[in-house]
Amino acid sequence: MVETYLVPLLKIAVLLNAVLVAVTYMVLLERKVIAWVQVRLGPMRVGPYGVLQPIADALKLMLKEDITPARADRFVFTLAPIVSMVPALIAFAVIPFDDEVTLFGYKLSLVVADVNVGLLYVVATTSISVYGIILAGYASNSKFPLLAGLRASAQLISYEVAVTMMLVSIVVTAGTLSMVGIVKAQLDAHLWFVFIQPVAFVILFIGGLAETNRAPFDLPEAEQELTGGFHTEYSGMRFALFFLAEYANMIVVSAVATTLFFGGWLRPFPNVAPLAFLDLVPGWIWFLMKTFVFLYIFIWIRATLPRYRYDQLMRLGWKVLIPLAIANLVVSGILKVLL
Amino acid sequence: MPEPTRIAPPAGPTDPPPPAELPPPVFLTALQRGLPGTIEKLSYWVGDWTAILPAARLIEVATHLRDAPGALFNFCSDVTASDWPPRAKRFDVIYCLYSTTLRHRVRLKVQAGDGEAVPTVTGVWPSANWLEREVFDLFGIPFEGHPDLRRILMPDDWQGHPQRKDYPLEGPGELLIEDPVDWLRVRHAREIE
Amino acid sequence: MFDTNELVINMGPQHPSTHGVLRVVLRLDGERVIEAKVVIGYLHRGIEKLCEHRDWGQIVLITDRMDYVAAASNNLGYCETVEKLMSLEVPPRAQYIRTILAELQRIASHCLWLGTHAMDIGAMTVFLYAFRERELILDLFEEYCGARLTYNAMRIGGLPLDIPPRWDAKVRAFCDILDTKVDEYEELLTHNRIWLERTRGVGVIGAAEAIAIGLSGPALRGSAVPRDIRKDEPYAAYADFAFDVPIGDAGDTYDRYLVRIEEFRQSTRIIRQALDGLPEGPILGKVPRLIKPPAGETYHAIESPKGELGYFIVSDGKSNVPYRFRVRPPSFCNLQALPRLVKGHLVADVVALIGSIDIVLGEVDR
Repeated sequence: MVETYLVPLLKIAVLLNAVLVAVTYMVLLERKVIAWVQVRLGPMRVGPYGVLQPIADALKLMLKEDITPARADRFVFTLAPIVSMVPALIAFAVIPFDDEVTLFGYKLSLVVADVNVGLLYVVATTSISVYGIILAGYASNSKFPLLAGLRASAQLISYEVAVTMMLVSIVVTAGTLSMVGIVKAQLDAHLWFVFIQPVAFVILFIGGLAETNRAPFDLPEAEQELTGGFHTEYSGMRFALFFLAEYANMIVVSAVATTLFFGGWLRPFPNVAPLAFLDLVPGWIWFLMKTFVFLYIFIWIRATLPRYRYDQLMRLGWKVLIPLAIANLVVSGILKVLL
Repeated sequence: MPEPTRIAPPAGPTDPPPPAELPPPVFLTALQRGLPGTIEKLSYWVGDWTAILPAARLIEVATHLRDAPGALFNFCSDVTASDWPPRAKRFDVIYCLYSTTLRHRVRLKVQAGDGEAVPTVTGVWPSANWLEREVFDLFGIPFEGHPDLRRILMPDDWQGHPQRKDYPLEGPGELLIEDPVDWLRVRHAREIE
Repeated sequence: MFDTNELVINMGPQHPSTHGVLRVVLRLDGERVIEAKVVIGYLHRGIEKLCEHRDWGQIVLITDRMDYVAAASNNLGYCETVEKLMSLEVPPRAQYIRTILAELQRIASHCLWLGTHAMDIGAMTVFLYAFRERELILDLFEEYCGARLTYNAMRIGGLPLDIPPRWDAKVRAFCDILDTKVDEYEELLTHNRIWLERTRGVGVIGAAEAIAIGLSGPALRGSAVPRDIRKDEPYAAYADFAFDVPIGDAGDTYDRYLVRIEEFRQSTRIIRQALDGLPEGPILGKVPRLIKPPAGETYHAIESPKGELGYFIVSDGKSNVPYRFRVRPPSFCNLQALPRLVKGHLVADVVALIGSIDIVLGEVDR
């Protein structure tokens, strides 16, 4: 009884709160990191060193006037940010933060649902979030968001193909679709998968940037373009939900990259006995540190690189990444059979 | 604010002739030989040569100056105008030309009366397109054959040509609205149209 | 009747990109631009007419406000034109200091160009780095003449102020800093694959067409035309200095970018030579108290950071105001080329091209 109902509910509650707080503070992290790269300080006024800025932003957005365009489809207009946000949040259900942890005498694994098709679940949920963008563009009843929304969804779908094929290469290497199983496979292989499948990692990273509409693939929402993209007509909390969904997606992609390629919760060199003192640091802290490194790299890239034009972006996705992903899959398959 | 202390309005530009001991540049003598009767007057002042010619011969001279091997004026620096109201042909249209290959300059001057059209040189130098539009906008000199003759700096429905000497500096009085309420009323009326 | 597949889009006078009040009406077929119409005049202040009612000394203040990004160049062009009309001799020390100010201004203008151009293409960090250097120049100008943007730094016949003590050491230090910073900008952009893809082959214009359509300055030099007024018709003290004029090859946005980056380096070279050879002497020539050039007209052009800045001034010899005051604005003539450059490109390239031509609306509209 306790195990089947209470423990998962508790995990969900903790995870959801943690993710929402993390997503809100991602805003601050981004502003601060980009500011430091740009020889500025970033938010400094609200709270010491700007630490309370996200709370101020959240309050402001909640209190803002809620404008719906005159002839917009109200139901779909309200639904779109929800459809964007929810899949990003539920993708966290299969992400393993740690394996076996003892808490008040209970042994539990820090994963909400250790489904044995965890990777497929992640792919499925991230695919649904594309609908949010299309619905937002359609429901705004305005030329520019519609075009920008269609553009954005075309971009996301194209990169989805490459990323999914790359994920299949990982499945071939690890032999299992379960997220926990993949980390255990890295433990058995004595190597992080990034060393076995470097091409797949590169494709995941680039595809992840494109999936989450981050620079250098952020043309659909760039201000220098004609309008603000698919979220032009949104204001207040709905607008905030789109952005929180984007950051949540970023965290999902970082977490997935960590799990698949960098050993998840494993400490560096888990099979080397003399380094056992590193076990003082619990596994989920290693996991969070690795995820944080990826988030930092996402922000770093945004501050540094110029933006791709739309046709160059599509060409990169279709003519470079997909053939590379297919080739990688074929080669992994052959090597797996031979070795 | 200094009032322009004009004793009498000037009748026209001075256009002083070149000093006797200074021969005109080779391309100008070649032009006078090649197209006789086009240049009405040559002028020289502080190192610049100006050729004054009738509007009817402008395109011939322009094409000659662009193509002749001693001239090669391929860059039209500026097309502008001057307003001399006491004169019968009140406007002077001035073309400042430069050669990127031979690195010399020359100016052409054409006189035009109020309402008289001047042939366009956009066929010779496409860069004159916007420059001539500006002259049309600010002086009211129409250019015959211009591909897109409309106002460029002033709003499309503006009345009058601001750079003329008889146009007041402060602008036309009837558009000077003092009270913001009246201004809003005018704008509202305009938007309803 | 227009084709229903075409879309007419207005890049209105209010722009997310920081170029001022420019309006471009685009006719698109999907993503491709079929036609672009440029609408200007939103910043027209009637400077030419206003200057017919201001005396010769006051006009220096007004010229600052045309190309407000490179105000000292405007001052220089105007003062030199009036000096040409009056056949005034400017003392060599004033010529050298004028050259230094003009070159510092060129660097400041190119910093702003680089920042805004890079930001339009998406590299937002370069914007802040370039403005950091521009702040250093503005501090130098503030020390020299008290103003950061509209300097009023020159007078007919020379300069009103001599350089403050130890200013030349500061300028030298700035030149050293700038040379390292330009290397930094190049590291971020010049060989960056995304930058190359966004700028190579965008807005190609050949040499003959560029000359015909009236381009000047770095936009023309990017199309392999070796035209620079500082070399062809030297003014101020440029004849005394050794410097190169960078020329592009293909005439695309990337070449125009490279030309301006190299101009940074050449400008510091000129400034250093000027500081080394700065002669002693007066800074203002023999100028009558009331400036009244003899009756006549002239056209004189200088190489401003944007291109050929020309002044056509007519004096009637008797009044203390000019009879006709005309400015040949480089941005106006360069902007004419935009519809031709943009044709056939994608919407995202329009913003890159506006940045590549480098316009200042104050100068376009006057």
